[in-house]
Amino acid sequence: MTTEPTAAPGDAVRLSALSKTYGSFTAVHPLDLTVPAGSFFALLGASGCGKTTTLRMIAGLEDPTTGSVALGGKDVTALPPYKRPVNTVFQNYALFPHLDVYENVAFGLRRRGIKSVKQQVGDMLDLVQLGGMARRKPHQLSGGQQQRVAVARALINKPEVLLLDEPLGALDLKLRRQMQLELKRIQTEVGITFIHVTHDQEEAMTMADTVAVMNAGRVEQLGAPADLYENPGSTFVANFLGTSNLIEAEVTGTSGGDIQLVAAGQRLTLPAARCGAEVTTGGRVLAGVRPEKIALVHRDDEDAIAEGRNRVPGRIVDSSFIGVSTQYVIDSPVCPELEVFVPNVERDGRLVPGAPVVLHWNPAHTFGLDAAQDIDAGLDADAVEAALSPDGAGTAAEAAV
Amino acid sequence: MTAATAPPPTSPAPATVPAAPRRAAGRRRLTPYLLLLAGVAWLLVFFVAPMVYQASTSVQTGSLDEGFKVTWHVATYWDALREYWPHFLRSLLYSGIATAACLAIGYPLAYTIAFRAGRWRNVVLVLVIAPFFTSFLIRTLAWETILADQGPVVSFLNTVHVLDVTSWLHITQGDRVLATPLAVVCGLTYNFLPFMILPLYTSLERIDGRLHEASGDLYATPFTTFRKVTFPLSLPGVVAGTLLTFIPASGDYINAELLGSTNQKMIGNVIQSQFLRVLDYPTAAALSFILMAAILAIVTVYIRRAGTEELV
Repeated sequence: MTTEPTAAPGDAVRLSALSKTYGSFTAVHPLDLTVPAGSFFALLGASGCGKTTTLRMIAGLEDPTTGSVALGGKDVTALPPYKRPVNTVFQNYALFPHLDVYENVAFGLRRRGIKSVKQQVGDMLDLVQLGGMARRKPHQLSGGQQQRVAVARALINKPEVLLLDEPLGALDLKLRRQMQLELKRIQTEVGITFIHVTHDQEEAMTMADTVAVMNAGRVEQLGAPADLYENPGSTFVANFLGTSNLIEAEVTGTSGGDIQLVAAGQRLTLPAARCGAEVTTGGRVLAGVRPEKIALVHRDDEDAIAEGRNRVPGRIVDSSFIGVSTQYVIDSPVCPELEVFVPNVERDGRLVPGAPVVLHWNPAHTFGLDAAQDIDAGLDADAVEAALSPDGAGTAAEAAV
Repeated sequence: MTAATAPPPTSPAPATVPAAPRRAAGRRRLTPYLLLLAGVAWLLVFFVAPMVYQASTSVQTGSLDEGFKVTWHVATYWDALREYWPHFLRSLLYSGIATAACLAIGYPLAYTIAFRAGRWRNVVLVLVIAPFFTSFLIRTLAWETILADQGPVVSFLNTVHVLDVTSWLHITQGDRVLATPLAVVCGLTYNFLPFMILPLYTSLERIDGRLHEASGDLYATPFTTFRKVTFPLSLPGVVAGTLLTFIPASGDYINAELLGSTNQKMIGNVIQSQFLRVLDYPTAAALSFILMAAILAIVTVYIRRAGTEELV
């Protein structure tokens, strides 16, 4: 290799200017990424965003077009997969159908010439709670059990980094939740660096310490889940990670730490510290607020709203009761479809479709984004993924357990 | 679980089934047998009946002039075996070697088609089957030309002294390839190669490419991946291919007839001449049954050892 890797010993993975192009299509734009050792790192994005390609380049299953991959401070760009200290949990597990659970799990150890594998395989099967299944063939297992075999088969090799490629994609919702917690438990127990590729934002936020949101071959934003959620840096992240209400507004001035905005005649306040865009008086900015931060009152009670809160009038278009909260869609002059999630503590019987309402929220909960972006970025991607995500697959098999 | 499911819209099935559905169920039960009818009739007429006829022929005595009678003369089997055991052995040996050669040639080819051929895959597959567009006889005759004494193949083999080695091994004679065991085995190998390649290809092609990646990811070198993953998973194809090659090859007589001499006669040649030239029908029938029994025994042992039932 021409470049000397400069990774700190604490970094499990370091990608430098890593890119991949197929003909004229760029799957991954030059990417610099550092994953600290022992962390649970998620690559989140819609299908086709380059997250799996990135993972496969780390595993050595795909040759990068440019750039380098360093694992634990050693450049491995030129090494074939079988010489890299990483293991992968494949999307559909890729268990060896001709080998039983025991031999699947022992595969990596045997390839490295380890003779007495019994103890280790037993321990690993206990860790993933498959102690009694050692002699079953993969096709005799349910989806969730196969998933655990795949994890055990990779983890037993004590890799420096465990790569998980949509490992829960084939499981139904309930099992997915369960496996998310289980994987998190296993990661905490073994302390190995996990890099998890997923299109499910909830999954990424539940499991990972750090999430990198990818879009069209680039990392849009990287950070702790709460940080990404509260301070999205782009409309894509704001829309892809949870739901955001984005209001296009004009800047009327700044005072103290606040930016004064006006949208459709409504005055709004945005903390300057939470605005990622350059603002000039008269310029435009997107003011964002998460649906659960907004409170909703009937217009008759407007006087009860405390001073200094951002307020927007509107009319309820739709409401759906989902148990813990009621989700409202509000038509307002500032935005035709504002979403509001109201926790079901005390329900106001007047808040039905058609009712005039006033939305209000603490100005500190507002974030600002550059108005030059596509306001709907990340919305379609989410919808496509929701349609693609398998539901019910493996349910029958699971029920039999 | 706390999630409640809505009660089913219909009441539970009644204990007694009404008459009409029962008739329908009866029809449904019959359907598979009706579908089998044509095949069963075919087998009865063209397999079971000739078998019974041949079995009875094999225990008959007599001559063409006086006519044959069933006399339960089982000694025909014993005599046939005593007289023609070298032909049996030769048949099994030649077809065994041809099968091994087919596997050696066919496996790399099937592997390449399945994993490396890319968009050429279908073209190559058609090329594999293409020889079938000409008759078996013509193809074998072509080999007579290819291996002709003055032909380029023989003179080349002569020049590079390969024939010296093969003569020393007693599979060719002097400057000739024709009328030697090598020629017969070459013919068998060539003629039955597609029967090896196609099942191999089918079983290789079914292997999920991610298994190769998973194996590489788990520290297996490409060769180990082949040994531990690809080959075991292709075993059903290996078994099917070797059977489809070995069984017809051991009964074949065209290759020995056209490419061999009297010293390379296989059991197929003996059966053919007993039936059509010597007109000793009982011996011919007995030889056929012995061959069948031998193949059955070999195949049974082979499948047991290969243990294919354990594979998915």
